[in-house]
Amino acid sequence: MTASLNLRRQRQLINRVALTMSLLAMSFGLVWLIWILVDVFHLGMSGLSLKLFTEMTPPPGSSGGLLNAIVGSLILVSLATLLGTPIGIMAGIYLAEYGQHTWLGHTTRFINGILLSAPSIVIGLFVYAVYVAKMGRFSGFSGVIALALLVIPVVVSTTENMLKLVPNSLREAVFALGASKWVVISKVTLRASTAGVITGILLAVARISGETAPLLFTALSNQFWSVDLNQPIANLPVTIFKFAMSPFKDWQEIAWAGVFLITLGVLGLNILARVLFRQKHRS
Amino acid sequence: MPAIARPKRNLGDWVFFNLTRLFALLTLLMLGGIIASLVYGAWPALEHFGIGFLWSGDWNPPMDKFGALIPIYGTLVTSLIALVIAVPVSFGIALFLTELSPAWLRRPLGIAVELLAGIPSIVYGMWGLLVFAPLFSELQPLLASSLGIVPLLGKLFRGPPLGIGLLTAGIILAIMIIPFIASVMRDVFEVTPAMLKESAYGVGATTWEVVWNVVLPYTKVGVIGGIMLGLGRALGETMAVTFVIGNTSSINSSSLFEPGNSITSVLANEFSEATPGLYTASLVELGLILFLITLTVLVFSKLLLLRLTRQEGRGT
Repeated sequence: MTASLNLRRQRQLINRVALTMSLLAMSFGLVWLIWILVDVFHLGMSGLSLKLFTEMTPPPGSSGGLLNAIVGSLILVSLATLLGTPIGIMAGIYLAEYGQHTWLGHTTRFINGILLSAPSIVIGLFVYAVYVAKMGRFSGFSGVIALALLVIPVVVSTTENMLKLVPNSLREAVFALGASKWVVISKVTLRASTAGVITGILLAVARISGETAPLLFTALSNQFWSVDLNQPIANLPVTIFKFAMSPFKDWQEIAWAGVFLITLGVLGLNILARVLFRQKHRS
Repeated sequence: MPAIARPKRNLGDWVFFNLTRLFALLTLLMLGGIIASLVYGAWPALEHFGIGFLWSGDWNPPMDKFGALIPIYGTLVTSLIALVIAVPVSFGIALFLTELSPAWLRRPLGIAVELLAGIPSIVYGMWGLLVFAPLFSELQPLLASSLGIVPLLGKLFRGPPLGIGLLTAGIILAIMIIPFIASVMRDVFEVTPAMLKESAYGVGATTWEVVWNVVLPYTKVGVIGGIMLGLGRALGETMAVTFVIGNTSSINSSSLFEPGNSITSVLANEFSEATPGLYTASLVELGLILFLITLTVLVFSKLLLLRLTRQEGRGT
């Protein structure tokens, strides 16, 4: 009797200890992340000014803005999205509509999953080896290629998953009307999953807007105003990297403002993607 | 009518099918292309140093002497520190989210964890350098006087408190991958059929016993897969590490307070200044080594996660 009572007490004690640890783990994780976010918002906001959007990146030890870096980043990210999205959507269509059970489908799906988490720095090296080294100079265009290669796997996997959510009865209904397969896909299944595909594109944009490593080998950076894609082009992540590592207070302040802008953008895109996806799936 | 329409739509079908197949093939070839181009770029170094590159501790650009030992050491040690911290914490978070949290808190917390997993690593790195490192340098003497006197383990916690170094890089990496591993683990835990859990609760098991004896054995494969996925991310992470690792190409003791270098931080810091030839080729070879290591880890984790989904299809 007492033995079983002891055992019970012991089990309850273990349970209580374990659950307390779990609660502590949750708070531990949250504390760090809240701390980082508060710092980024606090220090970033204080560095925020109109000058940030009207002046170029300054030489060491003086104040200035981020205009060329912001514009450069916008150019790189939008061109990379334009380049990578169609490829990703097409490959995703193949995986969901044609290649479900083929050899090519299985292998591509597996490889795509790996590319999705492959280190982005290696993608940068790849573009360096096949493009930058051949051309003999760092260029904005090589940065676009590197970022596009990061967009593709994200879009492939979301497109595939979204198309798979479309019920087969819908496809069969359109087939029964005499439509051919590509009409079914482009006019019906793809349209039924528009919101999901756009969610994927938004997530891809969020992913590449903060990418720094691949740009170090491709677009590099530029202290001056340049929108020539055959030359190194200024961009936010590399500028932040350079400025934050420097000992100059002015530069560090600008870096905080830049990090704040990126964080805000990435969080905004993620939230937008989520809202879009949820709305679609409620209706 | 159908006789006219038919050839036209067959052509459309043919074009569309082959177009999508071409792009799927392109995605597939990317992996092979990456490996081939890295081998090509690293060829001068591969030829010159041979296999000895892997365990040579030299890194001396002016003398054209290069070896991968110190960057590989830095990459493995920082990732290991990150896992030691992140795995138990992520497990706790996943446990909290699936079993413990009140229903109204579950969704917001889950979303918060997922959003944080999406924050770019440069944010973690910069915060680590400018906010965390100065604070940590004041904490380091405390660590040295407490953990530093433990036999054997103590060797890891000695040396000058610089604030930056291998340990700092590992901690920042851990903070970065916690949301990532936690959200994978939560998804994996949710795969467990409710019936199994309820049966265990029904015979009087405590929450902890259900998690430890039912959920964890059922999802074991997926949990390991998730951890490996996090490891893959830690190994290849650039910005969170480069800011705080210290960037020195020599290791003088086994202390984790030592500044060092990881494969990614060497690449990020030295690539744009490297002279063409052996120097650049050696850096590309470092990239190749990193890619092969992460590839192995990722393939392993994908296979494990695939096994879990298959088991899920069969079970219940």
